[in-house]
Amino acid sequence: MVVLKNLSTEELYAPGHRLCAGCGPSISIRMALKAARGPIAVVNATGCVEVSTTIFPYTAWRIPWVHALFENQAAVASGLEAAYQSLEEKGKRKGKVDIIAVGGDGGTFDIGIQAISGMLERGHDIVYLCYDNEAYMNTGIQRSGATPRGAATTTSPAGKVIPGKRGKKKDFIGICAAHGISYAATASIGFFSDYIDKMKKAIEVDGPAVVHVIAPCPLGWRSNPTETVKLAKMAVLTGLFPIYEVNDGIYKMSMKLGRLLPIEEYFKLQGRFQHLMKPEWKNEVEEIKKDTEKHYKKILRLAGEKIT
Amino acid sequence: MNQKEPLSKRMKLSWREMPFAGIMFEPGSSVEYKTGDWRIERKPQIDGEKCIRCFICWIFCPDVSIKRVPKPYKKHIESVEVDYYHCKGCGICAAECPVNAIEMIEESTDVP
Ligand SMILES: Cc1ncc(C[n+]2csc(CCOP(=O)(O)OP(=O)(O)O)c2C)c(N)n1
Ligand code: SF4
Ligand code: SF4
Ligand code: SF4
Ligand SMILES: [Mg+2]
Repeated sequence: MVVLKNLSTEELYAPGHRLCAGCGPSISIRMALKAARGPIAVVNATGCVEVSTTIFPYTAWRIPWVHALFENQAAVASGLEAAYQSLEEKGKRKGKVDIIAVGGDGGTFDIGIQAISGMLERGHDIVYLCYDNEAYMNTGIQRSGATPRGAATTTSPAGKVIPGKRGKKKDFIGICAAHGISYAATASIGFFSDYIDKMKKAIEVDGPAVVHVIAPCPLGWRSNPTETVKLAKMAVLTGLFPIYEVNDGIYKMSMKLGRLLPIEEYFKLQGRFQHLMKPEWKNEVEEIKKDTEKHYKKILRLAGEKIT
Repeated sequence: MNQKEPLSKRMKLSWREMPFAGIMFEPGSSVEYKTGDWRIERKPQIDGEKCIRCFICWIFCPDVSIKRVPKPYKKHIESVEVDYYHCKGCGICAAECPVNAIEMIEESTDVP
């Protein structure tokens, strides 16, 4: 449990960055850095966070920070970890530097996945943090492997023929856990205590760890910036984004939900799902509900929970 | 370097003098960029008497614009204040405050 008044007031992430008002990914980064236990360095893939925190000649980072490409943050982080290790072996520096590789959902689920897989398989001591705003936002809302079914994006528009994105959200944590790593977890910026605790655990683990955090984007979700945190909580409560941990292959739910919140409540607050509120797509909403329940039950089953 | 000048002036920004690979040597220099002027229509105002110092607004602010300051009040040792130079007026702090101690008030011209 995180007690806010005991958290450090030191801000490793400065104001004056150019992320949108009410940006969920911005919250996710600031919270992640609150989990720091000592010196920390970040490798950042291309995306909103990278672009908007480092608009030349300014930087919002108060820690060593490297911009990698869109596809190789995990490879650059691996190199950085090896470099620190080598310096230590040669007696040129002392003390551990925790490394966090940060990528958006596009940079993680699709474009960076090959380098991430390599990093996990080689066993580097790195925390991989994916902030998931469910599309390629920095280039203007293109669908990614993390975009949920039914969401309208510029490359999966809702029209007469299709109701937004076809297909499901990739099970990224499942893919990571399949590498046999010691720690992988999903989290939500809405539940800050759980999220910061998970980042702390991920940092403490010796070897690779992965945290996948849902971080609403008011621009791409076409939602009210005031409701970013509310939506981050609702994503979990509807069962669309279950939060759980995988410790050495053992699943554990982080929050037990009695009844799932109706997804319509969540959809109606976001422009990207507005088309689903029309009677002609009623069936699509039912299908999404079925998918959601199925996935939620799968996670419950993996966590050894009773299925009701 | 003249510290009084803004970073963009202090640094030599012609292509010949630009730092190699765009390396930035001043951590957190973005504080010099005042995003407070992005705010339109409304800004948060904290009622220090209602506030229970739970720091929920502080942890959720995407713009590091709620500051915990060592100002005692009753049994509390700290208080929260808004950094209007950077606050973008998203309203998350007001929405998440458990005791409604933050109100989004109309923007005026007399406060920074
Ligand atoms: C190889 C490559 N392809 C495309 C781009 C253009 N690009 C820059 S940011 C971005 C979107 C990033 O999406 P995501 O990783 O989800 O992060 P977000 O912007 O949503 O924070 C794209 C497509 C690029 N920089 N490099
Ligand atoms: S587009 Fe979305 S993710 Fe990008 S800065 Fe704006 S709110 Fe944040
Ligand atoms: S309105 Fe938004 S930016 Fe301003 S202090 Fe509140 S949470 Fe921070
Ligand atoms: S959320 Fe409300 S009660 Fe809590 S510290 Fe902020 S203003 Fe005070
Ligand atoms: Mg994204």
